[in-house]
Amino acid sequence: MLEFAFQEPMFALEVIIGGLLSGIMYSLVALGFVLIFKASGIFNFAQGALVLFAALTFVKMLEFGVNFWLAIVITLAIMMVLALSIERVVLRPLVNQPLIILFMATIGLNFLIEGLAQGIWGAEVHSLDLGIPEEPLEGLMDAVGISITYFELASAGIAAAMVFGLSIFFNKTRVGRALRAVADDHQAAMSVGIPLQHIWALTWAAAGIVALVAGMLWGAKIGVQFSLALLALKALPVLILGGFDSVAGAIVGGLIIGALEKFSEVFIGPYVGGAIENWFPYVFATVFLLFRPQGLFGQKIIERV
Amino acid sequence: MSTDGNTLLSIDNIEVIYDHVILVLKGVSLKVPEGGIVALLGANGAGKTTTLKAVSNLLRAERGEVTKGSIEFRGERIDKLSPSDLVKKGAIQVMEGRHCFEHLTVEENLLTGAYTRKDGNRAVKDSLDLVYTYFPRLKDRMRSQAGYISGGEQQMTAIGRALMANPSLILLDEPSMGLAPQLVEEIFEIVARLNREEGVSFLLAEQNTTVALRYASYGYILENGRVVMDGEASSLAENEDVKEFYLGISGAERKNYRETKHYRRRKRWLA
Repeated sequence: MLEFAFQEPMFALEVIIGGLLSGIMYSLVALGFVLIFKASGIFNFAQGALVLFAALTFVKMLEFGVNFWLAIVITLAIMMVLALSIERVVLRPLVNQPLIILFMATIGLNFLIEGLAQGIWGAEVHSLDLGIPEEPLEGLMDAVGISITYFELASAGIAAAMVFGLSIFFNKTRVGRALRAVADDHQAAMSVGIPLQHIWALTWAAAGIVALVAGMLWGAKIGVQFSLALLALKALPVLILGGFDSVAGAIVGGLIIGALEKFSEVFIGPYVGGAIENWFPYVFATVFLLFRPQGLFGQKIIERV
Repeated sequence: MSTDGNTLLSIDNIEVIYDHVILVLKGVSLKVPEGGIVALLGANGAGKTTTLKAVSNLLRAERGEVTKGSIEFRGERIDKLSPSDLVKKGAIQVMEGRHCFEHLTVEENLLTGAYTRKDGNRAVKDSLDLVYTYFPRLKDRMRSQAGYISGGEQQMTAIGRALMANPSLILLDEPSMGLAPQLVEEIFEIVARLNREEGVSFLLAEQNTTVALRYASYGYILENGRVVMDGEASSLAENEDVKEFYLGISGAERKNYRETKHYRRRKRWLA
């Protein structure tokens, strides 16, 4: 079958491109994790729940007959309120506690938000139409025979824009610098006058926005339903590969995992009975972890000897 | 020291309790005059760091609490302020162990110190240049990650970062820790220059009594959470007890280590 990949390069290319495009979707989810990790050193287990909450809120707004853009604004506002409450009720009392405790707190939050989302908005599956057609671009189809849909192209564009924006934010702005400072050393950040509360509220609000974007695109793809919360698990190998604290890593990691998933399914799957798409990325990430624990683009752990 | 008009920081009889049970400071009072360098001396666990953190309000994050007494900065109570608000008012702490942001470059570290400032990029840039004139070494390392520079450079980065906030008082905790004697001297020299030329006041917690008393104008000696002695730096340096306990010079005859310890256990500060 592998030889087949070389005999049919166009088909292999199409598989990989399809994979890359679905990888972008994973990247979108992974970005939310990276944001919070970068600003607080916490692996936010509740990111998947945030995606679910945002998507459900948005789709409900639409169903209430609210205008599309207004629905986005309202959902953003609700995500902000949620972020502020998380900071006030959960994070602030835990300042300076070991990170594992903060991590545990996000596990608790995960279930709380999942329950909250379904408690308020109900548990049924909603369909979401963002108005981006799912048809392939004809020109490309005719010219080289590769099918890429408008929707895939739009998600790639949105992801690229977000990465660009976030990179500038983290590296060039005063607040972005403060975020990275907080991630490095909470106490030192406090000592130079960086208000932890504002920074954390801001980060969670930003993670909420990323969650909304991911929720909208994924919701349009697979429907707005509980399984959106499980996307967090899909983001894990992406994060391990790209590095937990790298915006660029989230994207590259997503692309690699996406391409790998599809490629392995099509070309290696038949040898081992198929359906390896779902577990292969995890195995790959685990092996990768042995060789480069900080990921492709992650910060090196600085140890002085 | 009498209460003249130019007292910058005044701590009045504070008591600090950690976790609601552990009493660490048992009534500490001290004053830092405008433009002074005041040394806070004492052994490990005497309460030096706690005193500084009580001022900078970093205590609360460690579950410590000022339960009695008051702290005034420029005549204004500051015990309820957040660390960030205090930095805005002009008092900033340089923590023990430097605490640089390892993954940020030296220059980024310095810039985080200007987080609270609202006087525009131009003024921040000027401060940055000023820091580089005092610490030319940092200019050479400005693009290096702070985690990879030497201990002395990290201490300079930490002090420079505090300077970026444009403070009138720097609470400097154990700047000599883990540094070679020559570097200690270099850093204290810069502290003295900052004090002279920029008018920055310092409250300095140090275990290295010799150096601290040489650069400070006034000193307080802390033991078990109490101020046991205070005075002009020069007179403290001449004091027999201080010499014996903190400078390692005994007045009459040389005592061996065991006798010194024994003596010390019996000795009480009654001065």
